Amino acid sequence: MESVLVFIQDVLSTPALLIGTMALIGLIAQGRPVEEVIKGTLKTILGFVIIGAGAGILVGALNYFGALFNFAFGVQGVVPNNEAIVSLALNEYAQATALIMAFGMVANILLARFSKWKYIFLTGHHTLYMAALIAVVLSVGGLEGWQLILAGSALLGFTMVFFPALAQKTMVKITGEESIAFGHFGTLGYVFSAWLGSIFGKESKSTEEIKFPKRLSFLRDTSVAISLTMFMFFVLVSVIASFKEGFDPAMTTGINWFLFSVIQSLTFAGGVYIVLAGVRLLIAEIVPAFKGISEKIVPDAKPALDCPIVFPFAENAVLIGFLVSFAGGLVGLGILVALGSTLALPLILPGVIPHFFCGATAGVFGNATGGRKGAIIGAFGHGLLITFLPAFLMPVLGTLGFANTTFSDADFTAVGIVMGNIANYVQGYGLLAVSLLIFVAPIVLTLLQPKKA
Amino acid sequence: MAIKKIMCACGSGLGSSFLVEMNVKKVLKKLGVEGVEVGHSAATDIFKGSADVFVCGKDMYNILSAYGPCVTLTNIISMAELEEKLGAYLKEVGVI
Repeated sequence: MESVLVFIQDVLSTPALLIGTMALIGLIAQGRPVEEVIKGTLKTILGFVIIGAGAGILVGALNYFGALFNFAFGVQGVVPNNEAIVSLALNEYAQATALIMAFGMVANILLARFSKWKYIFLTGHHTLYMAALIAVVLSVGGLEGWQLILAGSALLGFTMVFFPALAQKTMVKITGEESIAFGHFGTLGYVFSAWLGSIFGKESKSTEEIKFPKRLSFLRDTSVAISLTMFMFFVLVSVIASFKEGFDPAMTTGINWFLFSVIQSLTFAGGVYIVLAGVRLLIAEIVPAFKGISEKIVPDAKPALDCPIVFPFAENAVLIGFLVSFAGGLVGLGILVALGSTLALPLILPGVIPHFFCGATAGVFGNATGGRKGAIIGAFGHGLLITFLPAFLMPVLGTLGFANTTFSDADFTAVGIVMGNIANYVQGYGLLAVSLLIFVAPIVLTLLQPKKA
Repeated sequence: MAIKKIMCACGSGLGSSFLVEMNVKKVLKKLGVEGVEVGHSAATDIFKGSADVFVCGKDMYNILSAYGPCVTLTNIISMAELEEKLGAYLKEVGVI
């Protein structure tokens, strides 16, 4: 009997097996045939193992980058990338992340059922990343065990309906439909962009009336885009470092700076590629199951979907948004450098993926409210926002705050900053109570609202 | 021409292409098409011959059209648009 308990405990405390067990239960509960149950369970575990392997590769390149950056500029340099930071977070917080993700989806269904925010958040990889962020921030804030899981799931469920609700007004403007919602944790940046657009972009023509060079679209290939920008960053730090006194050639693995930069930028891009492949496998069974179950329990809910769903509605705004947001990131970096002597902030480099996906989406949102002017000003504001937010997130991430990468998209960083700073004032049961209050708030507000006749 | 594999693609191959994949499966079922493998992936992973036909949003057309026939959607979550365009393509190549 005792050995059975030890076995169960081992399964629960080995994240890959815990996640596999959750997939197994989910697949059996759906009444799927045996071969599909086996296939789905194995692929889910495989996904988790692959993420870990990708993390190992990423870290190698990031460590070289971090050391060189520190040597060249004397401060911490950070390239925000969700995949990189989540793969690192999973090394330590995998168990909490997995449980928070599972129960967070339950919390999402409860909120969609009982509050007026009837959204089901179907962007599975972002659910995973947000679960990881919440697990880290609450753990650093002192929660553990069942309290951590309960508080974390409540918060995750809240974010899964709150952010789609925030974006809905502009979403209707973009798609012309009420039935589809937006589910991507960069929402604060998009809403900010739409707000800037509505102020500055009055009567500006739509971006879609501009003729744009089609060849630029090769940047839509994420591996190519990551490799190119990381190459530029590596060249910058390795060249500057090599001119400084006390430079040790071992910092660039003893080879020429150019070749070093080529190898390391591609190593980083390769790591991201592997993590993405792992995430794809990990969520492959979870998302359809979540979708199926939620459709049964909350039939009138709106699916909240990933950001590229808005891209085809304004293709030019996508490219403008990416380029301008990236420019905003560079300007933001300049401001951080200028502030560096007074505030000890890490330098946030413009990570290509957040500017790429979130910047593009910010462009589409800005275009919806303020045409081409709105797209440009909105995306620029977004670029500044996602440069400053990570700088303030780093201190609440505990030891992960010293990594050379961090969460990138606006909602991850904002939720982390808010919860991390609340955790500075209330710990333990207090923090749990705050999380539960945040969770029930939408339900209470819905109940208090006078019913329409 | 026999269609054995349909691949849905988007930027990182995680979110929207996955939803399109689920929709494609529904549409195939409705049209009574069987024995077709449907998958989703990132644009990086698309090469000539990786599928018989690709399904993507209008914004990805420039990347994917070099690798094979593309069913391109303006509203990538619209079932009606998908059914119309994919159905038309399958008729054109003689699957249905």
